[in-house]
This record gives sequence, C-alpha cells and structure tokens, in this order.
Amino acid sequence: MRIKTAFQTLKDRQEAGLIAYLSAGDPDLKTTGLLVERLAENGVDLIELGVPFSDPVADGPVIQRASQRALQAGTNLLKILDLVAQLRAKGVSLPILLMSYYNPILRQGLVTATELLATAGVDGLIVPDLPLEESMELRERLRQKELSLIYLLAPTSSTVRVRKIAQQAQGFIYCVSLTGVTGERDQLPEELPHFLQRVSRETTLPLAVGFGLSRPEQMPLIASLADAAVVGSAFVSLIEQNPEDPITPVCNLAASLKEGLGRVRGEG
Amino acid sequence: MFKYPDERGRFGAYGGRFVPETLMIALEELEREYQKALNDPAFIQEFQQYLREYAGRPSLLYRADRLTRYLGGPRIYLKREDLNHTGSHKINNALGQALLAVRMGKSRVIAETGAGQHGVATATVAAHFGLSCVVYMGAADVARQALNVFRMRLLGAEVRSVTSGSQTLKDATNEAMRDWVTAVNDTHYIIGSVVGPHPFPRLVRDFQRVIGDELREQILRVEKRLPDYLVACVGGGSNSMGLFYPFLADREVRLIGVEAAGRGIETGKHAAALSKGRRGVLHGSMSYLLQDEDGQVLEAHSVSAGLDYPGVGPEHSFFKDQGRATYTAVTDEEALEAFTLLSRTEGIIPALESAHALAWVVQNISQFEKDQVVVLNLSGRGDKDVQQVAALRGGGELNAH
Repeated sequence: MRIKTAFQTLKDRQEAGLIAYLSAGDPDLKTTGLLVERLAENGVDLIELGVPFSDPVADGPVIQRASQRALQAGTNLLKILDLVAQLRAKGVSLPILLMSYYNPILRQGLVTATELLATAGVDGLIVPDLPLEESMELRERLRQKELSLIYLLAPTSSTVRVRKIAQQAQGFIYCVSLTGVTGERDQLPEELPHFLQRVSRETTLPLAVGFGLSRPEQMPLIASLADAAVVGSAFVSLIEQNPEDPITPVCNLAASLKEGLGRVRGEG
Repeated sequence: MFKYPDERGRFGAYGGRFVPETLMIALEELEREYQKALNDPAFIQEFQQYLREYAGRPSLLYRADRLTRYLGGPRIYLKREDLNHTGSHKINNALGQALLAVRMGKSRVIAETGAGQHGVATATVAAHFGLSCVVYMGAADVARQALNVFRMRLLGAEVRSVTSGSQTLKDATNEAMRDWVTAVNDTHYIIGSVVGPHPFPRLVRDFQRVIGDELREQILRVEKRLPDYLVACVGGGSNSMGLFYPFLADREVRLIGVEAAGRGIETGKHAAALSKGRRGVLHGSMSYLLQDEDGQVLEAHSVSAGLDYPGVGPEHSFFKDQGRATYTAVTDEEALEAFTLLSRTEGIIPALESAHALAWVVQNISQFEKDQVVVLNLSGRGDKDVQQVAALRGGGELNAH
C-alpha cells in the first residue's frame, strides 16, 4: 500500500519520485539507519536497501565493493530486517524495498522469508537475478502478504516480454536504462525515450528508471519520461569516500537530485 | 532420464534460468538457434568434421596395463581426452559453441576459465573462426597456470585477471557474466562447463557426449561388453557429464564423479559441492552449492584450479538425488600422489583435475574384482601443472621417489 500511496502523492504534486539505493550495512547498519531517516527528510520518496551478496553479477565495481564491506561488517538479511522494524517503530513511513539476489532469500525458504519481510515492514522486493519465469512462487507468497515483487525490464526485453512482464507487475516497473551493470555513466543512453515508450504502452503502473543515473542535470529528462529515478552507485560512492560522516554529502546529493525531479512532468 | 531438461530448462528441481532480465533475450535466442542447428544436418556434419579434423577425434582408448599391474587391480582404461588438440576435452564444447556463435552472427566471444584449459580452447576456436576473444581468469589462477595464460595471449585472446573475491573460477565467471550483460548484443558467452542458465547445461552436455559415445564403441570392440565403472573428476562437471550421459540407461555401468576434497572435507577447505553443498542458485542455475547459513557462496579450495568451484552442473545434482551417479571426493594430497603415479607407471602426465579420478581408483582398489573394467576419463594433460607441482613438492622429493 505504501508504494501505491507514494506514487499517488507524487502524481498529485506533479513530481517525479527519487528512489535512493543504499547497500545495507555499508559501512554499518547503524549508519544505514541514520541515512534512511535523513534521506526521508531530504526529498527521497522510496528507499531501496541492498542485501549484500557474495556474487553480485548485476552490479558494477562500486556496489560490489560496498557489498563486500557490508558482508565484512557481518550484515545479513535478518539484521537488515531488524533495522527496518526499528525504523518503522520510529515512525519512518516511506516505502522500503529490499534489493536482494535470489540465493539469500531462497536460503531462508520462501515462506519464512516472506513472513519476515512482512513482519519487519518491508513493502516490496527486487530480485535482479529472478526473471519472470522463475518468479511465480515468490510473487504469489509476497502477494498473500500484500508485498510487491518489483520486476525489471531491460532495453533488450522483447515486445513480447515487455507485455508479459507488464501483465504480472505490481507496485511499479523498474526500467533498467542501459544494457549493462549498475554504476555511474557520463550520458543517458540515446534509446532511453524509445525504450520507456515501449514499456508505457503496455502498462498503467508507474515506471522507475535506474542504472547509470547519478547527476542532478540528468533528472529533468527522467522526470519528463518516467515516474521515478533510482540512484544507487552515486550515493554508495559518497559513503565510500566519506566513511566518517556520509550523511551530509549524501543528503546534499539527494536534495539536488530531487530538485531536478520536481514539478516538471508534462512541462519537459 | 533422457527427457531432461524440460521446457523450463529444469532437471527435476535443478537448473532453470536465474539471470538478469537483460540476458533473457540472449538465452532465448541461443535456445532457438541451437534447436535449429540440431535439426540442420549441415551443422551436425560440420561439427563432426571439426571434431575429427581439427580436434583430432576420436580420442584413443588406452588400456593402462602397467598401472593395472602396479595396483593389482581391475582392467583400467584411460579415455585419452588429453590427446585432443589444445590438450583437454574442452575443445569439444568450444568448437560447438563457436559454430553456434558464427551462426548467430556474433563477432566476439568471452569465456571464464579456471585451469586455463577452457580459456585455451576458446582462444583457439576464436583464432580459427576470426572472432575477438576475452577470457576472464581469477588472479590466483593466472599465477598458478602461467603457461596457459601465455598460450591464450599467443592465440590472440585478451586475458583479464580478476581480483575480486577468491580470485578463482567463481569470480572469473561473475566477471564474464557482467561482460555479457554489457555486451550481449554482439557477444556470445562460451560457458566452459555444464553450468549456467538454460540452455547451457544441455548444450555443453550435448557437445561433450562425444566422449561417452566414442567410448561405448571402443570398449565394445575390445572388451565385448560395457565397463563396470566410469570414473571422472567433477568441478562444474563437463567431462564427467560427457562420459556418463550415453550410459545413463545402462544401469549396470556404475558412474563415479570425483570432487575435490582440497585439504580434507573435515577442514571445510574443499570444493565438494555435491558431497557437502545445499541447494542454491549461483551463475544462473539451481544446483548443489557451497554456501553459509545466510546464502552467501563460500570460497572453494582445491590444488586443481579446474575443480576450484563452489557450484556444480544442475544435471549432476539431479543424478545425485536420483542415485544414478555416485559422487565422492579425494584430497589435494591424494590427487598429487596419483599425478606422480600415472607419470611413473605409464609415462602419461595427467592434469591435476584428472588425477582426482585416478586417486579415487587407487583409494578403492581393494573393492574391485580383477576382471572388472574401469574406464577413467583422462580429461586433460598435465603440462600446465608441472610448474605448480614442482613448487609444491620441490624437485628433490620428486627425484627421491
């Protein structure tokens, strides 16, 4: 419900949303918790917490390193869920999604994992290595707990796949902007508008664009084409460079990204 | 057992397609093109011609009488995959997949490699077919398999040393998958074993089954019967799958897969996914996997770079659960002894990977009857390992033997 409400609010305000990705537990879970609280006050509309994994094949070097640091700090799924529960107890109300590779979820068992996610107050799950065809059981389990399984679409997705996935999607659709792994890029791909048009033809769900986004000046274009921007590596990089006090630079970036997303849809 | 994989790429509970959405289109294309190729007599004929005239097949079946006498054991035969062009069974699969890459109009191929045998095979076919080639190899393996690194570079491939994680085969595979996600439009990923997302486990099995198909003919000619045991090492499991697969229906033929027990199963420093792993997902498929209680993949340990992998092909997991094959493990030490033993008794230096299979036979020698027939897959030659073994053993100890 929180996801739907968040996108409705954005629509009412004629804004595009900012989804911030953090590698949970980098440098430690306490810092992740503080960052979530402060980001919620600095323009971030949804939070994506990355569950660290030993073999993150969809991630570029920045998030790979963050995953390693988080694992070395002893982070695991259960501790991340504890953090989410604590944040909810403190009244943090923005939607929180977990981004996890499939094996850490599978290892808990799908039934147990789903129970734990729901109890902690997580709103949805993004699993970058679980395509539609393998996802039906998890999707159904999550649906029973009113949680969304967020599907990804890529520029390489055929029209048939775009349609099939759009039919099954819940919450919003995560559109991968480029053919590649996560990480900052100098330019947005030229084919991005065409790709997003192909997707929006098949769905009424909100579209979020992610991978490669990092700069405030990229935001107006995203706001004109989609409903939200996902920014990850740029935040994670700031945390890596400022391990002592990441909060100020991370919040500054969030605020300036959000500025580029505000009140431009339909005008761009 | 022959109806697998099913249309979802599953071998029972195992296999499937656990990859980023970006790659789904490439896997669908590969599956479609492979199916078309299988129905195209010209493709089959070209593949067989390459196996014969380029790889040098059929590989010999050699009766190892000196070894048999030394062990006082059953009649041991060696299937000499080490005599193939490039020195291992890996050329069979590399040729098949290169032909597919050319059919699909791809101009670039990538590969992961552990011991370097698959990297060399891929670099070789890339040179022959005029494809650009990048091979990912863990930094630890680059150091212990220097000869193969040089061979790949000589063949025109770019070898990228991977410094993440355990710096071995698992990490090289991660990096190859990242490359493929990025360059999928013009690149084919030549996976080197019966692992990865569907259709790779099937496709690699089909290109490797020539080992078992030839063996059936050869052993019937000399022994007038099927073997009692087929023994092969299992890392990802392509040489063992190629050997076993044509004998699945012959229940009297016992299939033994030998994993790497590294420094000993009890130390936790091993690569025995089937013996000690739990069901999980790595590199695109569900299979037995070495992992911790959080689902993090554990680092494998083996003296043999080709077996140093925490996962295993999904069809092997299926065979294990069905009880059709038996999986066991031998230590680094036992494999090193077998390495020397075959060199001394037969004048054949085996790859350290293949030495694991022999070590199992040595270990279990008292269980065999003298008239039983055991076929060992000698999956590769050991030239690449000589330097590493010398460093481990020291020249002195070898001489004093």
